[in-house]
Amino acid sequence: MRSRSFLTGFFLAAGSAVGTVLYRRRAARKRERVQLYFGDGSMISLTEGSPEAERLLAPARELLAASRG
Amino acid sequence: MTSAQALADLTEISSQIVTAVVFDREGTVVASTVDDDRAGRIASTALELLRAAEEQGGAGGKDLVQLDAALKDGSVFVVRDGDRVIAATTQPEPTVGLVFYDLKSCLRSLGEKAEPEKPKPRRAPARRTTTTRKKKDAES
Repeated sequence: MRSRSFLTGFFLAAGSAVGTVLYRRRAARKRERVQLYFGDGSMISLTEGSPEAERLLAPARELLAASRG
Repeated sequence: MTSAQALADLTEISSQIVTAVVFDREGTVVASTVDDDRAGRIASTALELLRAAEEQGGAGGKDLVQLDAALKDGSVFVVRDGDRVIAATTQPEPTVGLVFYDLKSCLRSLGEKAEPEKPKPRRAPARRTTTTRKKKDAES
């Protein structure tokens, strides 16, 4: 009986942890971002909200709008 | 392969790419999948984006080769190969790696076209050897 309640608690905790990770990943994917790739193989990811990202996101939005006429 | 053909191949291979424009570092459009007016605006904005991104990486002395911006309505890709640049737009959430691969292949095929053809090495003219032919009649 005791081990059964332990297992139920364990699975509930694990399930909610996995759910949180998936939710956060999904939310992060929906945020606007710019990724810069350099010749040495390194990469910088700038997510909306930071001033560096906004400097790049503004012309990117303009470009997308221009492509749609 | 012409520039227009390279872009036609690109949009045929990659269904995720909606528009693509090839231009140089001065903003002169080489080829595009859209009309001239839109292509010019895309090229100038992409150049502005590229310069702003290069400033970002310039602090570390790094050489920017490509970038992608994931926006709510779609994505923007810019790939640089020497003096030539390609900018493309896609639908939201594209397969980033595949789009970069297709854009780089397109730029490479244009680069191959731009390079002057090397003259093929000529073979030395075959030496003429004189052989004496015996007449069949003489043999018999």
